[in-house]
Amino acid sequence: MTQPLLEIQNLHASVAGNEILRGVALTVNAGEVHAVMGPNGSGKSTLAHVLAGRPGYEVTAGKVLYKGQDLLAMTPELRAREGVFLAFQYPVEIPGVSNVYFLKAAVNAVRKHRGLPEYDAMEFLALVKQKAKIVEIDEDLVKRPVNEGFSGGEKKRNEIFQMALLDPSLAILDETDSGLDIDALRVVAGGVNQLRSPERSMIVVTHYQRLLNYIVPDFLHVLIDGRIARSGGKELALELEDKGYAWLEKEPPAVAAAR
Amino acid sequence: MPTQNPSASTESASILELTDREYKAGFVTDIESETIPAGLSEDVVRLISAKKNEPDWMLEWRLKAYRHWLTMKEPTWQNVHYPKIDYQSIVYYSAPKTRKDAPKSLEEVDPKLLETYEKLGIPLRERAKLAGVAVDAVFDSVSVATTFREQLAKVGVLFCSFSEAVQNHPDLVKKYLGSVVPYSDNYFATLNSAVFSDGSFCFIPKGVRCPMELSTYFRINSANTGQFERTLIVAEEGSYVSYLEGCTAPIRDENQLHAAVVELVALDDAEIKYSTVQNWYPGDKDGKGGIYNFVTKRGACRGRSSKISWTQVETGSSITWKYPSCILQGDNSVGEFYSVAVANNYQQADTGTKMIHIGKNTKSTIVSKGISAGHGQNTYRGMVKILGKADGARNYSQCDSLLIGDRCGAHTFPYIEVGNSTAQMEHEASTSKIGEDQVFYFQQRGISPEEAVNMIVNGFCKVVFKELPMEFAVEAQKLLGVSLEGSVG
Repeated sequence: MTQPLLEIQNLHASVAGNEILRGVALTVNAGEVHAVMGPNGSGKSTLAHVLAGRPGYEVTAGKVLYKGQDLLAMTPELRAREGVFLAFQYPVEIPGVSNVYFLKAAVNAVRKHRGLPEYDAMEFLALVKQKAKIVEIDEDLVKRPVNEGFSGGEKKRNEIFQMALLDPSLAILDETDSGLDIDALRVVAGGVNQLRSPERSMIVVTHYQRLLNYIVPDFLHVLIDGRIARSGGKELALELEDKGYAWLEKEPPAVAAAR
Repeated sequence: MPTQNPSASTESASILELTDREYKAGFVTDIESETIPAGLSEDVVRLISAKKNEPDWMLEWRLKAYRHWLTMKEPTWQNVHYPKIDYQSIVYYSAPKTRKDAPKSLEEVDPKLLETYEKLGIPLRERAKLAGVAVDAVFDSVSVATTFREQLAKVGVLFCSFSEAVQNHPDLVKKYLGSVVPYSDNYFATLNSAVFSDGSFCFIPKGVRCPMELSTYFRINSANTGQFERTLIVAEEGSYVSYLEGCTAPIRDENQLHAAVVELVALDDAEIKYSTVQNWYPGDKDGKGGIYNFVTKRGACRGRSSKISWTQVETGSSITWKYPSCILQGDNSVGEFYSVAVANNYQQADTGTKMIHIGKNTKSTIVSKGISAGHGQNTYRGMVKILGKADGARNYSQCDSLLIGDRCGAHTFPYIEVGNSTAQMEHEASTSKIGEDQVFYFQQRGISPEEAVNMIVNGFCKVVFKELPMEFAVEAQKLLGVSLEGSVG
């Protein structure tokens, strides 16, 4: 059997001394799309940020293997260059730095790391034109400063646009649906679906089942109180839609954690 | 420090002397005895003047300045702090001293400095010169300087050292020296007037558009014009000149106190563009050492529709005290000030401009970008003054501060005095901070934190950089990155 792309083992993590993740275990194989759902405060976003290496999140126990390597030992930029991509829930604005300049630097940093030649301006613009179609991003947005003055929907599109350019092996989408109206959601989800491939795995973190109508996962996990309380197929989403999270909270986590 | 042998300067500004001077730099032991002891007195001023073989009027001017200086007090209003300067411990004429103490080869130079040259991509043969190595590293600059001089002479542009100008163009010097910054102007300018070592003189005759950017870099002894540099640029009617001062490479200097004076005069329809990259030693990361840079720069837009534009990138010095200003005397004249000032580690910068509107329909633009990092303190201090007769005067000011980390400071003191009700004034200011979340966003896209800060800072400074001559702008960008290294994480 081939090595899984990502193996999270007994992951514990704290923020400002509060333990948020209390033993998460999750295995993602190449090409799989995993949805992670859960009530507010269950640790969904924390999991996304710990995987990306955001400062302020302290891992207190456990292990994460990515392509067989110790992911937690890598700097955030190294993780990114190795193909871990986080689509942010709240993309930050970078005044004064144009989107296209930022993206070129990012793509070339990744390419350099992978031993590929860096793109020159012309090559990169051609790539931008091609990838912009995926999320129907306005070329004007490409020239403007990163996320500055973007609407909520434009910011999320920009995240998926970046994902398309950076071509990650593991994409973590952190509540990509939040703040999107139904049309924007359709466009963004459509973009994500176009980027699905046997070489790319995804972890889709979401609060609502709604997104999963558009991005249909291979597996679904319910995170409750810092642990995966239940795992299943996409049909689990409908069950959650029906019953809410409360019924899972009553089950002993030990039973549910065994996937 | 003048590198030239003062007695040689009598032989007029021939190419021979130029060459001579350059080669002399390597073996100056014979003039070592000419170093004068530390301290300042009337005798010292006389001695400096004598060594430069100056005419009486020049000596008189120096003495007037010196006597006035004795009555003055060092200013304390600026937002910088430093131990008291002992003016009697300074050597005011010490050309050979640096030679003697200079490293014999690049191997003796601080490896940190060499590392910086590497990062800035300074050509190897230039590194030795910049580091003050006592060998002639730059042979081709002699011919470069000569070629440029010939080219300039053809169109009538005078460009030479200040000392040469005193010898060869006394009437011009007499006419304009002190006409913008009088010898009594301020403590540091007055000190400079008494003891100035050397500097640049530049004269653009009527109707001439200077065919190239004039740079101190092309003037052979520029790297050693010393701690009391004096520059005078005169642009006659309808002429244009772009002048570059400094260089992006850090220049090694033994002198802690620098007090330079720059005077610009623009007559009718003339334009002077003056760009500076200041990168003197800023001290180490604990704030030890570093240059105190107290500079007086002022331009007079004397003629109608004249224009003076200052652009500065200030990354060096432990203390920067500098307010390049414009006196907008002629009707329709224009003054501009574009500035990027960096204060990292324990650097302190108190810089800005003064725009004095005297003539009608005068216009001024101020764009100041202050960057503070580490324990750095960055102050913008500016004054816009509209006098009573300046009908239709306009000013636009923009002062932005960028903070990196939470131990640094940014301060803004904009003074506005309006004496004419037709004036239009606009002032915008902002303060922002490079946030951890911004840096993480870059990192998550594969970009290192250093590069992230670079990109944000360059974005912040873009409007100023685009005022610099192209090649300079690229260097300035790189320099900024090096100056801010280690400011995150």
